[in-house]
Amino acid sequence: MSENAVEYAIELKGITKRFGTVVANDNISMNVRKGEILALLGENGSGKTTLMNMISGIYYPDEGEVYINGRQVNITSPKIALELGIGMVHQHFKLVDVLTATENIILGLPGPLGIKEAQAKIREICDRYGFQVDVNKKVYEMTVSEKQTVEIVKVLYRGVDILILDEPTAVLTPQEAERLFRVMWRMRNDGKALIIITHKMHEVKEISDRVVVLRKGQYIGEMNTEDSDIQEMTNMMVGRSVTLNIERKTPENPAPKIVVENLTILDEEGVPKISDVSFTARTGEILGIAGISGSGQKELLEAIAGLQKVENGHIYYVEEDGSKTDLMNLSSRQIQQKGVALSFVPEDRLGMGLVASMNIAENMMIRSFRNGPIVEEGVERNKAEALQKIKRGLNPFTDRKSPRKLAETVVEELNVVTPSINTPVKNLSGGNVQKVLVGREIASKPKVLLTAYAVRGLDINSSYQIYELINKQKEEGTAVIYVGEDLDVLLELSDRIMVLCGGRVSGIIDGPGADKNEVGLMMTNAEGGKDEK
Amino acid sequence: MIDLVAFIPRAVGQSIPLLFGCTGEIITEKSGNLNLGIPGVMYVGGICGVIGAFAYEQATRNGEMVGVLAIGIPLLCSLLGSLLMGLLYCFLTVTLRANQNVTGLAMTTFGVGFGNFFGGSLIKLSGSDVPTIALSRTSAYFSKSLPFASNLGWFGKLFLSYGFLAYIAFIVAIYAGFALKKTRMGLHLRAVGENPATADAAGISVTAYKYIATCVGCMIAGLGGLYYVMDYASGIWSNDAFGDRGWLAIALVIFCIWKPGIGIIASILFGGLYIIYLYIPAGMDHMELKELYKVIPYVVTLIVLVVTSMRNKRDAQPPASLGLPYFREER
Repeated sequence: MSENAVEYAIELKGITKRFGTVVANDNISMNVRKGEILALLGENGSGKTTLMNMISGIYYPDEGEVYINGRQVNITSPKIALELGIGMVHQHFKLVDVLTATENIILGLPGPLGIKEAQAKIREICDRYGFQVDVNKKVYEMTVSEKQTVEIVKVLYRGVDILILDEPTAVLTPQEAERLFRVMWRMRNDGKALIIITHKMHEVKEISDRVVVLRKGQYIGEMNTEDSDIQEMTNMMVGRSVTLNIERKTPENPAPKIVVENLTILDEEGVPKISDVSFTARTGEILGIAGISGSGQKELLEAIAGLQKVENGHIYYVEEDGSKTDLMNLSSRQIQQKGVALSFVPEDRLGMGLVASMNIAENMMIRSFRNGPIVEEGVERNKAEALQKIKRGLNPFTDRKSPRKLAETVVEELNVVTPSINTPVKNLSGGNVQKVLVGREIASKPKVLLTAYAVRGLDINSSYQIYELINKQKEEGTAVIYVGEDLDVLLELSDRIMVLCGGRVSGIIDGPGADKNEVGLMMTNAEGGKDEK
Repeated sequence: MIDLVAFIPRAVGQSIPLLFGCTGEIITEKSGNLNLGIPGVMYVGGICGVIGAFAYEQATRNGEMVGVLAIGIPLLCSLLGSLLMGLLYCFLTVTLRANQNVTGLAMTTFGVGFGNFFGGSLIKLSGSDVPTIALSRTSAYFSKSLPFASNLGWFGKLFLSYGFLAYIAFIVAIYAGFALKKTRMGLHLRAVGENPATADAAGISVTAYKYIATCVGCMIAGLGGLYYVMDYASGIWSNDAFGDRGWLAIALVIFCIWKPGIGIIASILFGGLYIIYLYIPAGMDHMELKELYKVIPYVVTLIVLVVTSMRNKRDAQPPASLGLPYFREER
């Protein structure tokens, strides 16, 4: 028994965890060996993060046993986890914004402050693994990639033997992800045990030695990565056979819908977030926007939706009859009534668009609460309908029935895992929260669909459902602007791709035949944009 | 126009209760607890000191008072009283996760009532004719300044004319500023107040830090009440005399952007504003102007609140999780 157990860095036996009535993990048994990279696969809400949180001491299992290096342990707090050599890099970074990199890295360690000594040790770690960390930079000034580096250095600083990475590449450029993988291989060769959670299947294939699959909180099976392929892993994860390609139909009669001219947006401190950007979004076409997160994507979409103060430039909306309306003269509500829908999925998912403590049906109402209680289908086509809409707007009571119906439809069509539509959205897993948000925006049958990070953190199956929905919108003649972070998908989905770098357009290229490395380089090369101008 | 050598020591004397309250509240808020019970805590700190002093004065009615006990007993009583208030606040907001604002306001109401109840009882016990209770013997120990201070002219008056609690207030504020910035403990405390989930994941006991910071903060604030009665008011307790200094202390926390060092200067400034009406010559014909001058600290507080809320520099913001309860398994 003992010599058998010692080779495992982690061994889990019969782990069960419940949140209220939701069973997040159901009797899971699995193990991780020393010197291997294990990929943990599963759809959203399958309990991967919950399981890992129990190893790192954030949650405590209701039932089951945990063995670390062959010894049974009780991980009641993150502190104990760290003492056992377990470190976790969370999907939502656990960093204190107003502290510097160094302060964050030494946070929680005993002894005198010793900033100088700490910085020396950090530099040593950075040199060994090839990181770049500005030790005195405050976290709120950092890019996402810099924050992640700090997170990883933080666990390495504590000398962990077991490292858990929860969707580490979701926010990285391809080049940054490659660099991360090289670090992970180096750690594996040092004899450390690594667990990675990711939804990007080609990464699983590239980096992991072994794969464990969870589905709906249960252990489904495991396989060696080299004996398997992406299709097999996906099927196991979803529980049935799925097709993994995105259809890209040639746009039919694309006509300009949104024309942006020389747009410049400044942030609160007067620093340009968007500088002199011009482009046209056409009907029946998906315009993909690529760029490192924070390159101005959010500001751009918000400006179109009327939520952002514009310093300079014009945003025209082309009406059915071909005339142009400048959206900058309209309020966000008027823009919304023109059929411009914005679904922005922020890093923390709940930040925009949904109210955490309200249930799914109530969140659907956020879009329609001004409507009186008459069932409405689609957008008004003629005067009579418009008149009816005004009457409904004057009705002091709100329509509760149709949002409930919509909630049921979204839950059913997008397979949202939830006990009922009366469950507060904060109790849903991240991916399911997102389906509710994206589903609601698409259900409003927009003329222009602005969507950012629609599949951020979504599992492969749900992602493809979202792609399908977006494609359907495109076929119906909607002008779609799609801000994405997974370049592979962006290249497959978009008809044209606009690459942003530091708030400037570094190029607009055709989707079919675009090269990933070329786009990746454009994302990081600000000079390209200036030269082109 | 204004006699500065007379005015400044008075302003400093006024500032000490504010400084104690402000330092205590900064330490508390740095842990993410918005303790609006500070005014009540300062009342309790004051009345507990009075109870201790009263008991000791009664016990030594016919004999000599021992200096150590005359200071030690009220001091301990005061610290104990405010510690209990801190524990109560923590138990409600940290352990039971009750709403911090409601808890704090309830504690202020409670603290003021507690002070007035026991104050009233002691006044009855002492059989005094006026509605006050005078503890001048104890006060003499608290307000004793260095013997040679009076020989040093204006220098002695400005810097050495205060009782020992005043110097403790400055030392505590300076040390708090140092500890927050330069020690591991301070770093952890700031992390708890900014982002408890992160601090927790880093192995810091959020509950322990919140409890300790809040209780220490309350004890410091309670000393403000003690100083007010024993030194500033020369040992005379009368109900409600402490007034709204507790609220001013909380406003000061925002004014000094959670930095105890700035708190020292800010509290002296506010202390000065608090009594400036006595020093602005208004003449006998316009006594109503004096009443208007009394408004100055509150007007300044309002202006300061407006100005500070317009500031959007990241480092000048309140602790990010101020007022929020922390529960590890919340989703």
